[in-house]
Amino acid sequence: MSTPTQPAAPEPASGAAGTSTVTRPPRRRRGRSGAGRGLWFVLPASILLAALVLYPIIFSVIRSFFDAGGHFAGGANYVSLFTDPETLTAVKNNVIWVIVAPTVVTAFGLVFAVLTERIRWSSAFKAAVFMPMAISFLASGVIFRLVYDQDPNKGLANAIVVGVHDVFAKSSQYPGARPRDPKQLVSTDDGYRTAQARPAGATAVQLPLVAVPPDDIPDDAAQAETASGSGLHGTVWLDFKPGGAGKSSAIDKGERGLPGVEVQAVRDGTVVASTKTADNGTFAFPSLTSGSYTVQLPSSNFREPFDGVTWLSSALVTPSIIAAYIWIYAGFAMVLIASGLSTIPRDTLEAARIDGANEWKVFRYVTMPLLSPVLVVVMVTLVINVLKVFDLVYIMAPGSVQDSANVLALQMWRVSFGGGHNQGLGSAIGVFLFVLVLPAMILNIRRFRQEQR
Amino acid sequence: MRRSIPRTLTTFAAVAACSVLAACGGGGSGGGTGSTASPNNSPSSAASPSPSPSASEPAETGGGESGGSIEVDAVWSGAEAKTFKKVTDAFTAKTGIKVTYSSQGDNLPTVLGTKLAGGKPPDVAMLPQPGLLEQFAKKGQIRKADADVAAAVKKNYSSIWTDLGSVDGTLYGVWIDVANKSTVWYNTAAFDNAGISKAPKTWKQFVADANTLSDSGVSVPISIGGADGWTLTDWFENVYLQTAGPKMYDKLAKHEIKWTDPSVTKALTVLSKLWSNERLVGDPKKALQVDFPTSVTNVFKADAQSAIVYEGSFAAGVISSSTKAKVGSDAKFFPFPSIGGTKTAVVGSGDVAVAFTKNPAAQKFLAFLATPEAAEAMVSTGSFTSANSSLDPSAYPDPTIRAVGTQIVDAGNNFRFDMSDQAPAEFGATKGSGEWKDLQDFLANPSDISGAQKKLEADAKKAFK
Repeated sequence: MSTPTQPAAPEPASGAAGTSTVTRPPRRRRGRSGAGRGLWFVLPASILLAALVLYPIIFSVIRSFFDAGGHFAGGANYVSLFTDPETLTAVKNNVIWVIVAPTVVTAFGLVFAVLTERIRWSSAFKAAVFMPMAISFLASGVIFRLVYDQDPNKGLANAIVVGVHDVFAKSSQYPGARPRDPKQLVSTDDGYRTAQARPAGATAVQLPLVAVPPDDIPDDAAQAETASGSGLHGTVWLDFKPGGAGKSSAIDKGERGLPGVEVQAVRDGTVVASTKTADNGTFAFPSLTSGSYTVQLPSSNFREPFDGVTWLSSALVTPSIIAAYIWIYAGFAMVLIASGLSTIPRDTLEAARIDGANEWKVFRYVTMPLLSPVLVVVMVTLVINVLKVFDLVYIMAPGSVQDSANVLALQMWRVSFGGGHNQGLGSAIGVFLFVLVLPAMILNIRRFRQEQR
Repeated sequence: MRRSIPRTLTTFAAVAACSVLAACGGGGSGGGTGSTASPNNSPSSAASPSPSPSASEPAETGGGESGGSIEVDAVWSGAEAKTFKKVTDAFTAKTGIKVTYSSQGDNLPTVLGTKLAGGKPPDVAMLPQPGLLEQFAKKGQIRKADADVAAAVKKNYSSIWTDLGSVDGTLYGVWIDVANKSTVWYNTAAFDNAGISKAPKTWKQFVADANTLSDSGVSVPISIGGADGWTLTDWFENVYLQTAGPKMYDKLAKHEIKWTDPSVTKALTVLSKLWSNERLVGDPKKALQVDFPTSVTNVFKADAQSAIVYEGSFAAGVISSSTKAKVGSDAKFFPFPSIGGTKTAVVGSGDVAVAFTKNPAAQKFLAFLATPEAAEAMVSTGSFTSANSSLDPSAYPDPTIRAVGTQIVDAGNNFRFDMSDQAPAEFGATKGSGEWKDLQDFLANPSDISGAQKKLEADAKKAFK
């Protein structure tokens, strides 16, 4: 009995609403369904947001209070976050990154943008500077790993450093050569010096050396011979026969003299004379006929060739990686700042020029203040970007210095997945990173709102 | 109008839901495979008189047909897979059992886990780590080897291989191939120039020869790839196996003794003496920048600055692919030198074949893998070496790989698996931390033996729980 009445009841109501007035019901309907419609429009986005953003954040926060095995650990993860030396290095490096990278990138971008405004081929130049943005971090990391290679024949950075260095300081003839007997020829700061002073002219001073690669011996080197003469004299030779045979510290057949070695005669700690060895390794000081001297082979003979800077050593690895980051992002900053520059009204600049301001003053007091909103946006965007830097560091730092190059995002990955299997601590680091990014985010959101108003 | 808006909304919502759940595309293709799979399944189930009771059933009785067939999973692809095909072909020719091989790459453990969870494991899989064997056996997911397999393993292998293929005294697997990580590679031209006619057998001779090489003008006689931590753990494992012996090695591998143990001190002291000698290994800071492939090419490239590099038999691959040197003439190897007169000991790795199903053909296959016949096919291309002691060494294609292989057989029960592979990855296999990092720090500062031991122990303690 109740069933027929129920459908009957709403019908008259809606019928009444529909028939009583023509204008009101659509309005009401529009108002009601307008709100409903709004909800419908928001729903897909909010479902996506909740599933992909909100849920992971909340879950990470919860997970950060549990240990690796999933047992409740309270704040233990956060304690180890600030006590673990590895994580502290990561925090320290992140601070360096955040201070240095955005500032330098923005500075470069500003310089490029201002300068390219004036040149003819500015689009070509901008395209070239922007190009690295088209390469992924991973690929850039691989490229820069090669740029920083220790071997100057492979690494561009060391090729430049070594090239410049060798212009000013020539490498020596016998790098790495050393005495056969370290007791006879003692190593000093100045080079190798005979342990005992020799009376001039009495006997030949034998100075056997080893560790000279066959390629280093000049072609005109001849069979070593025992020197003779009246003054202080002797022989410098390679006391190593190909094949390893021969008597130690004696001139054997087949052992060659080392030509062109500088030899110094030292008396009471001061060098009194110097000469060079002949093709058969002999040297002589005919003028030194009395007194006794120690003989010294100065270290300039044996200086190791300069093989550049170890860019990826623990001390230099972070600056080196930041440099790679600057290479990638300078174009990004340049493009944004250039577009900001183009919106600056020309008449303001001209007015300043007419008032007698020089170019620097125009830049400093007119362009810069007008540009500052853009600069802030670039900086903040870069700060957020730098805080999460991961791939460059992961790719570029060799395993042995990964600890020294560590950053929070990398540490988060390392403890969660890279062998640590401690997703609790990893989540704690993630939450910490989130907190660090928040101020920059809030600043950005505020700016957007201001701009909208 | 009123109607059309909700309709577009619902379609939009449906699209959104699809993109969220990724259900549309997946569901469609899933349905497609389902529909193609069912006609394939129905004739076979119709042909067999008994209705299939469960999903896992076909895999277990797949070999029920005459001749039968088995599915095999392993990590090998490319040339290695081709070599393995020779083994399976020989098996099929002998027994008529068909073998379907699929390569799972380095994901094998994950793939096996998924297949087991889905109730359809392969009949046989080659597990690349001893730890996996134990893990699967403890969960009861692999089948124990039958009497034929046990007899074949006992007959053709040193007793250690029965132990290594067993968990709690029950034999499960056959070690089908074993790699040798106790090989030291050298540049023959550099040795000739220095007048070293015989490769060193003892550690003392090894150090003396390195000094001779230095005298002859080789600036860094021993090349160390310190940028990769695992090369250093391999150094340590070889030295420790020599100085402490296999029993202590097993204990340290399981962390039953501490890293602060005097036996570790002894091994690190040996390494310290070598690594702190800049005349022999160069500047450690530079060595820490050299990765493994570079450490090999440094020895065999033109105008090489180094003459010796220690790493497993796979170094030969780098020599052939990245340098002009020829393995066997320009590049040769000697077994890791014996320290204090110990017998040949080999550190290595390998793949163990285990059965996951009750398919009788799987046991037949395992028994076949333990025969010299299978080993012969396995080693015939030079991709693999075998621990099968009944194998005629002439089956190896060239003298170098033959020597690598015979060294494994010679080591007999003195063979041990790579210790860092047996440890939790956190300790033994993580770039930039654990044992890798601790030994890198030790290479940077070889005089601090006790400091290195303390760090190793602290990290091991964290990882072994």
